[in-house]
Amino acid sequence: MQQYLYLIPALPLFGFLVLSMAGKHLSRNLIAGIGAGSICASALIALILSAGFLQSPPESGAYTQILWHWFLTDHLSADISLRVDALSLVFICIITFIGALIHIYSAEFMRHDRDYARFFASMNLFVCAMLTLVMADNLVLMYLGWEGVGLCSYLLIGFWYETPGNYRAANKAFVITRIGDTAMIIGLFLLFKELGTLYIPDILTKATEHFNSGSSTITLIALLLLSGGIGKSAQLPLQTWLPDAMAGPSPVSALIHAATMVTAGVYLVARMHTLFELSPTAMHITAVIGAVTLFIAGCSAMVQTDIKRILAYSTISQIGYMFLALGVGAWSAAIFHFFTHAFFKALLFLAAGAVIEILHHEHDIFKMGGLRKKMPVIYYTFTIGAAALAALPLITAGFFSKDQILWYAWSAEGGHPLLWAIGLAGAFITALYSTRLILVVFFGEMKTTPGHLPGAAMTVPLVILAFFSIAAGWIEWPHNLLHVSIFSEHVAHALPATTLKAGLPPEIVFQLIAVGVSLFGIYSGYVLYYGESPLLMRWKQSQGLMDVRNFLFKGWKFDQLYDTLLVKPFLFITGINKADVSDKVYTAIADINLHLNKLFSVSQNGSLRWYVTGVLVGILFIITLQLLL
Amino acid sequence: MSTVHAHTVLIVAAILFVLGLAGVLTRKNIIFMLISIEIMLNAAGLAFVAAGSRWQQADGQIMYLFILAMAAAEVSVALALVLQIQHQHKTLDVEQLTALKD
Repeated sequence: MQQYLYLIPALPLFGFLVLSMAGKHLSRNLIAGIGAGSICASALIALILSAGFLQSPPESGAYTQILWHWFLTDHLSADISLRVDALSLVFICIITFIGALIHIYSAEFMRHDRDYARFFASMNLFVCAMLTLVMADNLVLMYLGWEGVGLCSYLLIGFWYETPGNYRAANKAFVITRIGDTAMIIGLFLLFKELGTLYIPDILTKATEHFNSGSSTITLIALLLLSGGIGKSAQLPLQTWLPDAMAGPSPVSALIHAATMVTAGVYLVARMHTLFELSPTAMHITAVIGAVTLFIAGCSAMVQTDIKRILAYSTISQIGYMFLALGVGAWSAAIFHFFTHAFFKALLFLAAGAVIEILHHEHDIFKMGGLRKKMPVIYYTFTIGAAALAALPLITAGFFSKDQILWYAWSAEGGHPLLWAIGLAGAFITALYSTRLILVVFFGEMKTTPGHLPGAAMTVPLVILAFFSIAAGWIEWPHNLLHVSIFSEHVAHALPATTLKAGLPPEIVFQLIAVGVSLFGIYSGYVLYYGESPLLMRWKQSQGLMDVRNFLFKGWKFDQLYDTLLVKPFLFITGINKADVSDKVYTAIADINLHLNKLFSVSQNGSLRWYVTGVLVGILFIITLQLLL
Repeated sequence: MSTVHAHTVLIVAAILFVLGLAGVLTRKNIIFMLISIEIMLNAAGLAFVAAGSRWQQADGQIMYLFILAMAAAEVSVALALVLQIQHQHKTLDVEQLTALKD
């Protein structure tokens, strides 16, 4: 099986090459066949691979394949070589499986788009880059995938580049993630300087011998790597690009949010877990960033009116949970939340895309409403997705993963009651806005007449994803309820187990509180948004509350903050330097010479008599000088 | 034949030189300017000869021969140029020949 490893990223790459070179001459069916087919094939290989892995894990803990030497300098050798261990395997399965469903969905969703081939080519390259990122066995190759993901997100967010503003969103995503990337590459340089290798297994073994726990170098390296992750995963303070990234087509949003791109940061931190474990400071910062982000983004999601922006903020918030879990040392819980989140977030985006399409590109949820009867399949699947997001207890996958994170946020070694409290507040907010979304979009009276309903290629992926949004959680139960922990046992091959503090209250107390909070959130949403709510009406009258709402609506005004802090001063400085102040010295030299030239060229008047006089005066001058001296 | 004092000859040479110089500076016609230059050259040659006879050395007379040869060469080139100028500009007035200015 190991020798076919390269096919997983190579098939999407092949799809990209064919579609980008010959896409113009192919029929639409063929384009969809190549685009979706290549991902489906690699999903199939990934499934067979993981079946093999689960049955008999390789002795070294990973499948490896060295394809060729990329480059070799004095000390640094980078190979194009793949390594799949338990952690990568989870990511590969999610990327290819969900990627395949999204591609099948796009085949119909993008049917009438002019640039059908360009769309599938970019999507295939996106999947290929992400697979390279998670399968790379050295950080150089991983960085290649990392940048590839950034490039493809740029191409796809700006896919409809003719609509004004879309290219801005694409630029923003590219530039802001680039800030993180720069920090990350500096981190890689430092790591190479310290350890002399960028081969991942070597780094993980050497780091424990080389660094003292908590030394400033390792903290710096961990923080630089974390900054890279923060940029890609849209965490505070680099989160502002993700809500704007909604400019792309809905399948692109689904792909960015569920399978690729934003989870890259989670992967990076989990992959480099040894470095983070050596630096408690970096771990604390990760946890705090996650907790603050999940709260901030959750608050913004509560008041958005654009259906896709609600989902975008909810993604930032859910990734915040993952970072929180990583920061407290609950590695397996973070990856498990990634696993379940991928299903329900892809489902939500694809269903939202379908709703938008049926309602003639209407994004505002308050212009939707009453769609329950018209589109039952989308209604049920969307509700399942939202329930999973709200972590409806025991039924949905979201519950199992979020409950674990909340429990570890207090009980794990790096945990703190405050982190737990913020997580809990986030859970309440999540439940509230999920309920709001469902009630406003699907209940009440109809405000826009729906167009014709989508076909099977769009609904079947929704149903499959809905099934997994429920069932994906059953492989890992809280161990006080049921002894099923397939996922954490699998991930334990690659990630260390979570250590707990001593003297904790029983886990069931935390679970009951979490359950109570989510149910209360759902109930609050129901009270506020089902039909005409007098409470909401009264709130809308209050000026103070509306100011808070507008503040949250603008995403805590982070864009304005960065505008005043960075963009305006920069523009001010460029405004001053418009006339090239620094060049003044050099232009002055030229100016003086030109001036002298004008002055002396008066003497070149063409009169022979004048010249002779000049010569004479010169001679007299020299003779006088000699006589005097 | 009574001897002539060297400084008498030098004074004559100086007068000749100044006359030539005044010609160069004041004349408009190129040919007259050339003649004035010849006068200046001969003034210099006279000074050499006078100095040579004063110190009883042959160098002064040799230098005069050099000046003579140089003057001949100079005149031949200059006259050729004068002919060309007359041919192209139809004038020999230096006031009007100012094509070489900046």
